[in-house]
Amino acid sequence: MSFFTSSNLDLAREIVGRYPRPRSALIPLMHLAQEQHGWVSVDAMRQIADLCGVTAAEVKGTGSFYEMFKFHPVGSYLINVCTNISCMLLGGEELLEHAQYRLGIAPGETTEDNMFTLEEVECIAACTEAPCLQVNYRYRLRVSNTDFDSLLDRIRSGAEPDLSKHGTLTNVRQQIPIDRVANIVPPEHAREMPVWLHRNEASTTQAVN
Amino acid sequence: MPTNDYVAHAPGYVNNEGPKLVTKRFEYADSFTLQRFLATDGYTGLRTALTKRPVDVHNEVRGATLLGRGGAGFPAGIKWGFLPPGKYPYYLVVNGDESEPGTYKDRLLMERDPHQLIEGCLIACYALGLSQCFLYVRGEMALAQERIAQALNEAYEAGYVGRNILGSDFSVDIVLTWGAGAYIVGEETALIESLEGNRGMPRLKPPYFPAAIGLYGQPTIVNNVETLANVGWIMANSAEQYRAYGSETSPGTRMFAISGHVRRPGVYEVQHGVTTFRELIYGDNFCRGIRDGHELKTFIPGGGSAPWFFEEHLDLPLEAGPVGAAGSMLGSGAIVVMDETTDAVKAALRVVQFFARESCGKCTPCREGTRWEEQILERIVAGEGRPSDIDLLLDIADNISPGPYPVAAHHAQGLEAVPFPPKQTTICPLGPSSVAPIASTIRRFRHEYDAKITKRDPIPLRIEVLA
Repeated sequence: MSFFTSSNLDLAREIVGRYPRPRSALIPLMHLAQEQHGWVSVDAMRQIADLCGVTAAEVKGTGSFYEMFKFHPVGSYLINVCTNISCMLLGGEELLEHAQYRLGIAPGETTEDNMFTLEEVECIAACTEAPCLQVNYRYRLRVSNTDFDSLLDRIRSGAEPDLSKHGTLTNVRQQIPIDRVANIVPPEHAREMPVWLHRNEASTTQAVN
Repeated sequence: MPTNDYVAHAPGYVNNEGPKLVTKRFEYADSFTLQRFLATDGYTGLRTALTKRPVDVHNEVRGATLLGRGGAGFPAGIKWGFLPPGKYPYYLVVNGDESEPGTYKDRLLMERDPHQLIEGCLIACYALGLSQCFLYVRGEMALAQERIAQALNEAYEAGYVGRNILGSDFSVDIVLTWGAGAYIVGEETALIESLEGNRGMPRLKPPYFPAAIGLYGQPTIVNNVETLANVGWIMANSAEQYRAYGSETSPGTRMFAISGHVRRPGVYEVQHGVTTFRELIYGDNFCRGIRDGHELKTFIPGGGSAPWFFEEHLDLPLEAGPVGAAGSMLGSGAIVVMDETTDAVKAALRVVQFFARESCGKCTPCREGTRWEEQILERIVAGEGRPSDIDLLLDIADNISPGPYPVAAHHAQGLEAVPFPPKQTTICPLGPSSVAPIASTIRRFRHEYDAKITKRDPIPLRIEVLA
């Protein structure tokens, strides 16, 4: 039985086709699995293995290196509080403490209603806007304790419709029109010098329309 | 509170006075659209490049002395020249895995002006005959991924990317790919491993440059986002005009993120090599000094990996040479400012903790050593430290990145500074980077360590061996 829905399976095959070697699609397909299911299940890893031409163990082996991939269910909203140096200087640790108190969970845990998972994370590149956090990888900057409380309230009451459920990173996906693809082939089929480099042999420059 | 100098649609960016090369479109709310890009000279650099021979385009970039903006500061034009002739295909990998503590400029460039980056990629591919480009964006940067995907879709549709670009014989595909949360993937060989579908662990050197052996074993150019973002401007104008900004050895502008205890933290585009740390931290056009009623204690000049600087370094220019000679680095353009309220030991612990968590585990000195450093610092901060802990820390540091370190024995020889660039017993600089905050703080704030260390060393266990 297929783990991927039929439209996602088509998409998965298209993603595999964008790389000179199928194994390169392994991480993108794990993101796709997580988008469909919220986390990466064993069934997902088996199918990704088939699509990429590797074993399921290799999928787990690669995937487990990366902290964004979850191999067990997490809450619909993943709250990542940064406590790295710039955030620490301006209250990141206090914000994390407040988050634990409000959610009643420790970092790495999920609330009983499966709504929130809390994590303490390393620098998320918004250092001048400390302390900061991400909800499902969308930024909230210069977050005070009150800001945090109202964020929870808004999520609970459905007032943050722009936040997708955990697993969905973006609303826009790259699409390469079939007739616009230049040439995506394995390296052994691309040993020729790219045609435009022949211009180097010309003594004069060329016009372009 | 943000002042009106902040740009509402680009939180963190400060639109101050001064030349704008890569952030010139940030003032527009729709700076990320193809429409705005084209209305503001977008893809002019690509059009200009396509009228020239590829080798001339390469020479123009070489002539601009465009220094790499990822951390090492290696000239891009020279790196491009390392491709071995005839070993096709060549690949371009764009390093958008910005994760260094304190750093964020690539994220803004990707979110606010994705077409500028795409244009830079295209020009590099044209100049060098690169067959395919992979734009590797950090997994946690969802908005950047969205904006780049949107921009690539527009650019493919409009004929700027893909087959027969602008009707010419130049064809190249750009594929957007996301990371999934691992700092070490910012190391270029680890990035290539990740792109090949593996755990992101750095490769053994040599070869030192992926230009020799890179993606799928093929010659590969790995460039930072900000580096490529400059390329379009250079082609649309000229190397000569580019060199009119910045200093002789570090031309152009550079983006710096200044965070921590300053009045106006932010991301600024700054003339490279000319501006000093003092201007950046205290200048009216920049951060406007330390927050009210406080004074500077120390600052990190180049991201979490850099040895720390102090009051006496403020007048150094933002240029690799002088900063390197003073024992640190500009790194990825991240300055973290700490005032006198900061607990130096705790701050060092937090940076070390980062490296301990992000160590990929390939090399033993880093995998074990960073964790030990973290544990020892943790117990010192918790008031459980022992007098021998400082020597122990320096001994572990010496095993990851051989010294000399600021221990008493070296004072007679005048060896006080942290050795820089660090020597390493590891494949990549992650482990050695963990030594920077430890050596910097022990050297300067030893009294803070001593004040926290109240316990005595445990009595050594003696085992009588019977004859």
